[in-house]
Amino acid sequence: MQRINKKDIKLMTGNEACAEAAIVAGMRFFAGYPITPSSEIAEILSCRLPREGGVFIQMEDELGSMATIIGASLAGMKSMTATSGPGFSLMQENIGYASMTEIPCVIVDVQRGGPSTGLPTLPSQADVMQSRWGTHGDHPIIVVAPSTVRETFDWTIKAFNLAERFRVPVIVLLDEIIGHINEKIIFPKKEEIVIIERERTKENPKTYLPYQCVDTDIPLFADFGAGYRYNVTGLCHDETGFPTNDPEKIDALYRRLNRKIERYTDEIIEFKTVSLDDAEICIVAYGSSARSAYRAIRRAREMGIKAGIFQIFTIWPFPYEELTKISQHVKNFIVPEMNLGQIAHEVSCATGCDVIKVNRVDGGLITPDEIFERIKYVSV
Amino acid sequence: MFPYEKYLRLDKFPHIWCTGCGCGIIMKAMLRAIEKSKIPKDSIALVSGIGCSSRTPGYVDFNTLHTTHGRAIAFATGLKLAKPKLKIIVVSGDGDAIAIGGNHFIHAARRNLDMTVIVYNNYIYGMTGGQASPATPIGKKGSTAPYGSIEPSFDISGLAIAAGATFVARSTCYHAVQLDKYIEKGLLKKGFSLIEVLAPCPTYYARLNRIGTSVDMLRWYKENSIPVEAAKKMSRKEKDGKIIIGVLHNIERVEFCEEYKKLVERVKRGQATF
Ligand SMILES: Cc1ncc(C[n+]2csc(CCOP(=O)(O)OP(=O)(O)O)c2C)c(N)n1
Ligand code: SF4
Repeated sequence: MQRINKKDIKLMTGNEACAEAAIVAGMRFFAGYPITPSSEIAEILSCRLPREGGVFIQMEDELGSMATIIGASLAGMKSMTATSGPGFSLMQENIGYASMTEIPCVIVDVQRGGPSTGLPTLPSQADVMQSRWGTHGDHPIIVVAPSTVRETFDWTIKAFNLAERFRVPVIVLLDEIIGHINEKIIFPKKEEIVIIERERTKENPKTYLPYQCVDTDIPLFADFGAGYRYNVTGLCHDETGFPTNDPEKIDALYRRLNRKIERYTDEIIEFKTVSLDDAEICIVAYGSSARSAYRAIRRAREMGIKAGIFQIFTIWPFPYEELTKISQHVKNFIVPEMNLGQIAHEVSCATGCDVIKVNRVDGGLITPDEIFERIKYVSV
Repeated sequence: MFPYEKYLRLDKFPHIWCTGCGCGIIMKAMLRAIEKSKIPKDSIALVSGIGCSSRTPGYVDFNTLHTTHGRAIAFATGLKLAKPKLKIIVVSGDGDAIAIGGNHFIHAARRNLDMTVIVYNNYIYGMTGGQASPATPIGKKGSTAPYGSIEPSFDISGLAIAAGATFVARSTCYHAVQLDKYIEKGLLKKGFSLIEVLAPCPTYYARLNRIGTSVDMLRWYKENSIPVEAAKKMSRKEKDGKIIIGVLHNIERVEFCEEYKKLVERVKRGQATF
């Protein structure tokens, strides 16, 4: 066994791990507006970023925070913001702008109960659909949902990598539990960490087309102010970056924007399966509900019930195909989530099975017992 | 003749503006001011929100960013802080700047973030069909104020001064020569500068208020404007309904990017504690 350096072991919260990981990923620009339960991320970064020579700014609202990080990213800096429900709602218009203009950025949503002010200090997973469809229009987006402090560290870094690689906004969905729980974390070794940067153009500024359809479907980036003098607009645009009303060009843009994610789903989608090989019952879980799901299947196995878990890390794009495959030998699906069944619906689409939902919307965490009870009920 | 071709993206013409619109007059003044200020094209980022006025960036050869309605200043904040060497110009309509974008407007002024904001004040929402804006004078009509607006309007320059801007000037599309100078001064000022320009919208404002054509609007500006120096000697009543033009405000105050740079240096030297 490899020896672990003592200083690589720490006790920290998900919010702390998220802030640390962002720095490791190369994020040097944060703009945000305080909101429970995400504020610690801003507080930590207000301390850390000046030390790293980065920029921290507390904006006047979340509309401005989102706009500001897009501006900074356009100038070439990896940038992010962090918020919760009400602030996440305010960010939606500009998340769409980042999608449309293909400017990479990371948005952390530490979920609390909603709608409206809802439950400021209690957890929820009810922003799952908003994270996919919160902004108007067909648009590409990637959403990741870690369940532990270590996963938060890893997935914050991956969020930046995905944003840079595909030039999309990436949303990290945490929740109040992961954000605030204190957990032991063993940091990965430096050489284990992969950092990806957006691909920048080497083209002559005179011939550069900011939205040129290249064979990867991901146009090459030029930092604003680096001699390229191009136009960026949230209006439907052609390869030159200027507005267009030509139906052919409009169609081409929307299809490429969405294809850019669809064709790379194999590379993007990540999940973890445990005890699924011989399973008769599959729990599909994500975020902090996955924590309880692991406990529940352990108990089930101890009692001889064949239960396994499918933990989703990338909620969007959703792993439809993978779940369809599993439904060839598993017929019972249980989906625990702190909402009224947002992902359960996707699971039933993917599997064609009636999904058993375990839902809580009272601000409490779904307990292992609650999941275990459903497993027992299904197994008889 | 001024070499506008040097700055225009000629292949993007004809522009979308109506005949007689003030947007073109302001765009040309801005280009003349940029030429005078000798700021290279590559160093300029021209940022806008949404509206007729906000279509300016598409026609000029700079780093141009056409954003969402009201958010231009916030996008520009990110650009500026990420690349302080960029010279930021924001062009905005009255609705864009002080209705939906009012919060960013006052806070950028408060921070004294180095940028030049040019507000095309046509007293109305042009792009969406002439609805009333927070700049519509009381009693004047808009397509959503058919009986005349009953709301008092904002004094955009006054708002900027109160919020902390360090350079504020007002002009009109009639006073184009002065306008060049104000924009140039704004560009050379380190800090938040605002140039408010009264601009005709013949299609909606002039028509709905039966003012006539763009020429009538320009004549109205000419007849109702008072230089700020003269206004100082006038009573409140005499100034009522008049447009006060000139450099209204010019002070020195620490600029945000510089202050941030100092903070970083202090923290790195270990002199800042918390
Ligand atoms: C969030 C949002 N709300 C409303 C609109 C519709 N809209 C587009 S331009 C505009 C007003 C433009 O007026 P102004 O800013 O004064 O600029 P002008 O067109 O007069 O130059 C509005 C309301 C929008 N694009 N986005
Ligand atoms: S509607 Fe008014 S502001 Fe818009 S282009 Fe026409 S004249 Fe100009």
